[in-house]
Amino acid sequence: MAKIVGGINVTHVPYIGRAIANNLQQDPYWKPFFDGFPPVRDWLAKVKPDIAVLIYNDHGLQFFLDKMPTFAVGAAAEYRNADEGWGIPTLPPYKGDEDLSWHLIDSLIEDEFDIVSCQEMLVDHAFTLPLELFWPGQHPCPVRTVPININTVQFPLPKASRCFKFGQAIGRAIESWDSDARVVVIGTGGLSHQLEGKRAGFINKEFDLMFMDKLVTDPLWVTRYTVPELVELTGTQGVELLNWLTCRGALSGDVTKVHANYHIPISNTASGLLAMQVA
Amino acid sequence: MNGGKQKKVIPGTTLFDGDMARKGYALNKMCFSFNSADNRAEFKADPAAYCDKWGLNAEQKKAVLSLQVLDMLAAGGNAYYLAKLGGIYGLDMQDIGAQQTGVTKDEFKAKLVAAGRG
Repeated sequence: MAKIVGGINVTHVPYIGRAIANNLQQDPYWKPFFDGFPPVRDWLAKVKPDIAVLIYNDHGLQFFLDKMPTFAVGAAAEYRNADEGWGIPTLPPYKGDEDLSWHLIDSLIEDEFDIVSCQEMLVDHAFTLPLELFWPGQHPCPVRTVPININTVQFPLPKASRCFKFGQAIGRAIESWDSDARVVVIGTGGLSHQLEGKRAGFINKEFDLMFMDKLVTDPLWVTRYTVPELVELTGTQGVELLNWLTCRGALSGDVTKVHANYHIPISNTASGLLAMQVA
Repeated sequence: MNGGKQKKVIPGTTLFDGDMARKGYALNKMCFSFNSADNRAEFKADPAAYCDKWGLNAEQKKAVLSLQVLDMLAAGGNAYYLAKLGGIYGLDMQDIGAQQTGVTKDEFKAKLVAAGRG
């Protein structure tokens, strides 16, 4: 059966793409963010995943309000990035793994998560930038990929408890796949930030640090909050932490922290990075 | 509307729910079109005509032409799609944040940095 080697959660701000394109990794503004990654890359080199399952939210590249799935799973041989409209570079395509995609689709629906399956799926910066951060400059990316999209755009969003259970179902699916593949689960987005309204610029360091700690030791802690409460605590886009929680749900049993980094600000965002392995 | 359920009130924040999604559909659909460079060029050449082409109502059109982000949000705009419009004018998230909170860009950036010291 396939093995989950661990999970990584990371922020996905679009301007990271521009910083990479302009080689600003050691620029004073960006350095505290980019310096978080070498320990995670070292860990990835050691655990050698073949496939990355990415849990993220689309920002209006693939999905619009005409059809807005709560949970969607990619099932393509290749995933393309495209012009997102805000002037960040378009990245080369990523290889899919159709066998794992269809196993996930079969298993999740059997597990009563009635996801939308997508044989064509554009992937935006929330998918591409984490891969660029973990495997910088490697095109094609050395891992095959499966994108899993969660709606964090149009409310109502799925509840935190539901996202955790969805993650558990993703974990069960991967671990029941008849394959010797090694899989890393990646959740992207957050942490606290709010782009719009008179509260734009809202950041909550205290909550973020608590969330990062609890995600390792007591992931159900955050499920005590409703989604509107999470917006109040973390901002309208901080609620992307649901992707982190889903990723954590896929890791069964106790986990240990491999490496964490937290820095304010990147653009308007409190940036976070948390790599975990199954104990 | 909303099944009679009371909405949570968060100061300075609007949850983009079904009511907003209905209200802002044309505005957001126009902004979604800005994933295409050709569409961005067409908008830039004649913003008012482009708003009409996508069926924006008077409130939405006025907000877009005056580039007032809070007004676009009140007219049902969603931050993720509106950001594509901001990109046409070369506005980044600190420009947009400063405008919405009534401070200069430098003041807005300083506030973000201060949040990291707390």
